Amino acid sequence: MINASLKEMAAALSAKKISSVELTQLFLARIKSLNPDLNAYITLDEARTLAQAKLADVRIAKGDVAPVTGIPFAQKDIFCAKDWRTTCGSRMLENFIAPYDAHVINQFDHAGAVNLGKTNMDEFAMGSSNETSYFGKVKNPWDTTRVPGGSSGGSAAAIAARLCAAATGTDTGGSIRQPASLCGFTGLKPTYGVVSRYGMIAFASSLDQAGPMAKSAEDCAVMLNVMAGFDERDSTSLQRDKEDYTRDLNKPLAGLKIGLPKEYFAEGLSAEVATVVQEAIAHYRKLGAETVDISLPNTQLSIPVYYVIAPAEASSNLSRYDGVRYGHRAAEYTDLLDMYCKSRAEGFGAEVKRRILIGTYVLSAGYYDAYYLKAQQIRRLIAQDFEEAFKHCDIIMGPSAPGTAFKIGEKADDPVSMYLQDIYTIAVNLAGLPGMSIPAGFANKLPVGLQIIGNYFDEARMLNVAHAYQQQTDWHKQMPEGME
Amino acid sequence: MQWEVVIGLETHTQLKTNTKIFSGASIKYGAEPNTQADEVSIALPGVLPVLNAEAVRCAIKFGLAVNAEIAPRSIFARKNYFYPDLPKGYQISQYELPVVGKGSLTVQVGDQEKTVRITRAHLEEDAGKSVHGAQEGMSGIDLNRAGTPLLEIVTEPDMRSAAEAVAYAKKLHELVQWIDICDGNMQEGSFRCDVNVSVRPKGSEKLGTRREIKNLNSFKFMQQAIEYETQWQIDTLEDGGTIHQATVLFNPDTGETRAMRSKEEANDYRYFPDPDLLPLAISPADIDAVKANMPELPEAMKSRFEQQYGLPAYDAAAITASKAMADYFVATIQAFGGEAKQASNWVMGSLSAKLNEAGLDIINSPVSAQALAGLLKRIADNTISGKMAKDVFEAMWAGEGDADTIIAKKGLKQVSDSGAIEAIVDQVLAANAVMVAEYKAGKEKAFNGLVGQCMKASQGKANPAQVNEILKKKLA
Repeated sequence: MINASLKEMAAALSAKKISSVELTQLFLARIKSLNPDLNAYITLDEARTLAQAKLADVRIAKGDVAPVTGIPFAQKDIFCAKDWRTTCGSRMLENFIAPYDAHVINQFDHAGAVNLGKTNMDEFAMGSSNETSYFGKVKNPWDTTRVPGGSSGGSAAAIAARLCAAATGTDTGGSIRQPASLCGFTGLKPTYGVVSRYGMIAFASSLDQAGPMAKSAEDCAVMLNVMAGFDERDSTSLQRDKEDYTRDLNKPLAGLKIGLPKEYFAEGLSAEVATVVQEAIAHYRKLGAETVDISLPNTQLSIPVYYVIAPAEASSNLSRYDGVRYGHRAAEYTDLLDMYCKSRAEGFGAEVKRRILIGTYVLSAGYYDAYYLKAQQIRRLIAQDFEEAFKHCDIIMGPSAPGTAFKIGEKADDPVSMYLQDIYTIAVNLAGLPGMSIPAGFANKLPVGLQIIGNYFDEARMLNVAHAYQQQTDWHKQMPEGME
Repeated sequence: MQWEVVIGLETHTQLKTNTKIFSGASIKYGAEPNTQADEVSIALPGVLPVLNAEAVRCAIKFGLAVNAEIAPRSIFARKNYFYPDLPKGYQISQYELPVVGKGSLTVQVGDQEKTVRITRAHLEEDAGKSVHGAQEGMSGIDLNRAGTPLLEIVTEPDMRSAAEAVAYAKKLHELVQWIDICDGNMQEGSFRCDVNVSVRPKGSEKLGTRREIKNLNSFKFMQQAIEYETQWQIDTLEDGGTIHQATVLFNPDTGETRAMRSKEEANDYRYFPDPDLLPLAISPADIDAVKANMPELPEAMKSRFEQQYGLPAYDAAAITASKAMADYFVATIQAFGGEAKQASNWVMGSLSAKLNEAGLDIINSPVSAQALAGLLKRIADNTISGKMAKDVFEAMWAGEGDADTIIAKKGLKQVSDSGAIEAIVDQVLAANAVMVAEYKAGKEKAFNGLVGQCMKASQGKANPAQVNEILKKKLA
């Protein structure tokens, strides 16, 4: 059951082959045995979780079921969930009990899903290895000496080790896709504005987007049906008709034009990852797709642009953590300024401070035009690159990350090398496009992800493209040794 | 040296919406601390702002009222700074592209008209309040006010005296209430003026260094503060000193302005467009919809009063100085049905005097428009004289009833029966032979004496015009 698809779990629940409480307990037991080592979860609340499962069983008994009713999901600890501790991976919010539900949490609750717990993450989603979490590093289930990727590293490890049916994540520069690649599962970052950001703790508002992280594309489609939809509480949420993301899963791929950006296969990509990705693309040709060479000329600029815009927004978004109303406050201070300085110095970790400093700098009088404004202009050029590319293809493919999972500590002292982890994912956020990563094989026994980038609102087609591949391959069904 | 003062105003008007500018929390004044602070007001992690459409309509209304450009696209920006009453660590305001652009407001200063140019008006949120002293050794934060919608209205440095600045502020204060976007309550902080004052040698084009007087909450204080500040700046310069840019506070007890502790360097607010809010787009149709619900503006109403009621320009201007007064006047005219000038005389004269004396707004006048019309009717039909009417009005003010009741109760009814008046005249003529003789000898003054005697004999009730007429006939 732990390796079953969401559809299979739903069917088993409906057929009363298993109850939601039993299914939940199955995962709770796995968490108990595996989580102490993996550290995928920050907060567990068995009583609350089981109470939800019992309610789901009541719904199931009445026949009042949605496709995820009774299924236990892990929630990234960036989503406020009422009465749950919500830390965002930071000491700043170590004791923060959210008094309200994020939109995403609401959607899962209404659908009758069960919240298994809050998953570990890089502090305020700033990181690509889950090493910046105040609550400790997360280990990659495929090799526990390695990182799971980040920032949704807890959700990633939880899926890879089957410590949940599926999980939520957020992706500001690759935080769903890069861990999906490093942990060997399927993750989708939707078009900006498809999933409401209400109640999702902000890192960089114009880039943040929540999405599903699951074993398969089909599971992601089922979850996106739950998560997507207009929410009037988020002004950047898009007012569109509700769509069924599972509708095109089984469409044939014949005639599909896949664009291969030359910049994604250039220097910086490890040879073994390149091989796996090329093999996957070759498989698509067999499925009837054709490939075309395209160019995204401003790819190299996406990292510097991102590291101006994201810290700028973050520096302002994180100003509310001042120790006045909630969150960490220094035990002793002499005056107001001292209280601010000490509370923030103690509450935030090094990477968060680094980004606040960068962001404050680039927004400062005299630097704004040269950095922030210039970055916004280049951001537009990056979006235009994709616009031009999609004139020649239906979908873009490439690697999700330049390499496989790296060793814990390997890049911790080298921020630039860490930032380069997101070289293939960041441009998608800057353009607001949807992107996903699917398991495409292994290199040296470590998972490799294939990235699929779609045009705006093309999630259904991307899921179709991914699903077709997953019908013929079993990479997504493989589990780390010793975790069965 | 001859000095010239240069004044510009920034006015924060609190908009009359039901809820906050970016959330559904109430903005009602006077609630218990933090009972109107929802998750957005507290700036909990993860919350997002949603713009209140009513606040935008208020801004459009104002733009229309001052003939300003209304931006088809304006931007909300974050103004970043740390303060305990600023929950997000930034204020959402408008910076580079405000919703209302250049406009103007014409005000009456004495018998001169003065046009003040409006630079811009932008939407923003108010901060909360720090509460000191409620708890020993601690400061409290009340976030009820955080997120209250404000329209900040900025003028060019067009005013050249305290009188002009106050006239502008009063006119603006009246206008925002007239178009119903602000309740105008200065004590509760619904209308707060910051005044920028600088001086320069008369004839100089170059602006002097300005100091900003913050948060003046009455026109009287504004007048005093500007006058004091102007003199202080002139004295300083004449003594060879220099003016440093500063924010100053007015102390109503001493009548002085004093610089707040000046910061070493100016704050860098790191403005940037708020990524949580889309650009505010206003279409011509949006503007038309607001236009359709705009009340008649003071200028238009003034012209109409001159045309429709034949009021002199002065009266029309005075009556339309406030919406409440204009409404009162119209209600009086409608109930009265007589000469409009009579009504404007009473509203501008006795009524306004009594209201001022009592410190009352016209909407709270103890004499209603209908009651005043009742009085005017009795004057028009000669039941009472103008002089008697003043006494009746006093009694009405004191709550003794309507005009007719008071006239009847006090027996003030004017005698207009010519037979009765003739009898009085005959009696007076008989009793005052000396005066009659004097009049006949050519002493005109004696006639007035005889009129006076007749009025006295009638206890003031005789119709003076009739007394005059009959006396003249009898003495001819």
